Amino acid sequence: MTLTNDQQINMLRQMWLIRLFEEAAMQLYREGRYRGSTHPYIGQEATAIGVNAALQSDDQVLATYRGHGACIAKGGDPNTMLAELLGKSTGINKGKGGSMHFADQSLGFVGCNAIVSGHIAIAGGIALSNQLEQNNKVTVCFFGDGASCEGPFYETLNMATLWNLPLVLVVENNGLAISTPVSESISVPDVSMRAQGFGLPGITVDGRDIYAVYDAANEAVTRARTGKGPTLLEAKTVRWSRHSAVAAGPAGKDADLWEKTDPLPRYQLELEQRSILSSKEMEAIKSEAQATIEAAIEFAINSPDPSLDELHTDIWVESNIT
Amino acid sequence: MTELTYAQAINAGIREEMQRDNNVVVLGEDIGKYGGVFGVTKGLYDEFGAERVRDCPLNEAAIVGFGVGLAISGKPAITELEFMDFLTFCMDPIVNQAAKMRFFWGGQVEVPLVVRMPIASTLGFGTQHSQSLEAWLMHIPGLKLVMPSDPYDAKGLVKTSIRDRNPVIFVENISLYATKGEVPDEEYLIPLGKANIKRTGSDLTIVAISSMVPKAIQAAEVLAKDGIDVTVIDPRSLCPLDIETIIESVKQTGRLIVSHVAHKTGGVGAEIAQQVTEQAFDYLDAPVMRVAAKDVPIAASQVLEAAIFPDVKDLIDASKSFSI
Repeated sequence: MTLTNDQQINMLRQMWLIRLFEEAAMQLYREGRYRGSTHPYIGQEATAIGVNAALQSDDQVLATYRGHGACIAKGGDPNTMLAELLGKSTGINKGKGGSMHFADQSLGFVGCNAIVSGHIAIAGGIALSNQLEQNNKVTVCFFGDGASCEGPFYETLNMATLWNLPLVLVVENNGLAISTPVSESISVPDVSMRAQGFGLPGITVDGRDIYAVYDAANEAVTRARTGKGPTLLEAKTVRWSRHSAVAAGPAGKDADLWEKTDPLPRYQLELEQRSILSSKEMEAIKSEAQATIEAAIEFAINSPDPSLDELHTDIWVESNIT
Repeated sequence: MTELTYAQAINAGIREEMQRDNNVVVLGEDIGKYGGVFGVTKGLYDEFGAERVRDCPLNEAAIVGFGVGLAISGKPAITELEFMDFLTFCMDPIVNQAAKMRFFWGGQVEVPLVVRMPIASTLGFGTQHSQSLEAWLMHIPGLKLVMPSDPYDAKGLVKTSIRDRNPVIFVENISLYATKGEVPDEEYLIPLGKANIKRTGSDLTIVAISSMVPKAIQAAEVLAKDGIDVTVIDPRSLCPLDIETIIESVKQTGRLIVSHVAHKTGGVGAEIAQQVTEQAFDYLDAPVMRVAAKDVPIAASQVLEAAIFPDVKDLIDASKSFSI
């Protein structure tokens, strides 16, 4: 399957939305408009967008605490997402989840998780449900290089392969924990090599190359959908910002390198070379994204706080079993 | 009525719920063809097949994690841990995921998950297979916690737990698996959060949990001969906790013992005692007492183990220490 022009144009739209959303998230944090933290996806956009382009709308995605990008790629609404950051009642989770828990079931965006690797087995269970239902849905689980060192990653690789589940495990290897480089934490050069020990295919691609990500994801999604089982797809990428808004850890790369690694100008150059968009048209897409994010900021700031009654809702499903 | 063991009663409850709802899936270690390390899932594999009764690798974190994934996809999952001690491996999917997911995702999902696990106290299994860790879970908002003490309750409560749309921790007891009791042939359910008054007496209330319930009844029978009249209450579930029934009883008796096989310090007995103190202090004639396991690791030696866990005699001694 090759990407249509419309798809490629939409992918640029998503890239700008993610980039500007994250810049707004950082700015609102610096202004003291919310507390806690936020983990920007800047520099990694090509991975979530490239993978999402290979999915159908009812396929399911789970992501990490650095998951704003995956949410926007699946169609997340910047208004409710920014409102969620600010803890407002109009937030995507009514202000109860915050930055690390975006979710929208109506989009198949199952949700983000703040426990490193905590969502991987859950993704396996969702894939198992789809297999039992024979509904042809594919589940994608994004996680980082750090999660690939946690036990549930290995447990899920084993079970998903054993049961031939329709699951795509996407490790976004940005090279860093908060500060520890993967060279000091992972015993092999590529995380995808781990797949060999579990009997599933493992692929490594340049996660900043949106076309390479799409091609690999498309292959993995097709395998999953046609009953051929799970794939471990490693996207090597760069975390441009520090680990989080609380300024933990170093920035991913220095400024000189950033110019070479930033996936956004790289993608724009490709679109121009492929004669899909002119630079003027791309400017218009950027402006449109800017307007969307500015409106989202307004929406979030002007939204009301949750009522205190919300403390006691959404904990239990009322059960009246007699 | 049919006489069933506690294990058979749980088995019957699971079977009925699997017949009722085709979406229910069972996951665990050796639970399929083998029927479970203690035989609780016996026959389910033959009746419902390998897709719904799934033997898993030895990976408790992923078993419960997969259960959460199934549950939020609309497939109620029953996951089994072979011993409650193995809870340490799956605290994340239980505590950080299942319990909180509906809340942090703003009410977007339901988590109909049951995590079954037995306590193995007093059976010589040693330090890592004899613990009763329910206090860890009672502390967590978003979890229901059920601890049946006889076959009738076990069946009625397991059925309710499976139908509940929230995560339920269902704590069984290996020392009770072979105990027998009459179980109705027709269907019945027992609501969570409703204590069972096993015996009524005017001098003293004993709130007993899991395997301490039959021991409390034995103690009460001995004490009756000495003129001490004891009420025994089995809360059956710790979340929700039927504190009202306990308070009502304390208002009548003025004295309370709380008993469990878990360690004394930080146990659920302390929580129950405190709730009673807060709500019925004026009715108490004496401080609430706890009859629980000593605060030491559980030894394998029968002599040492017997000194660790509370028994009928400890309940009798504690009861007699009140000036009644």
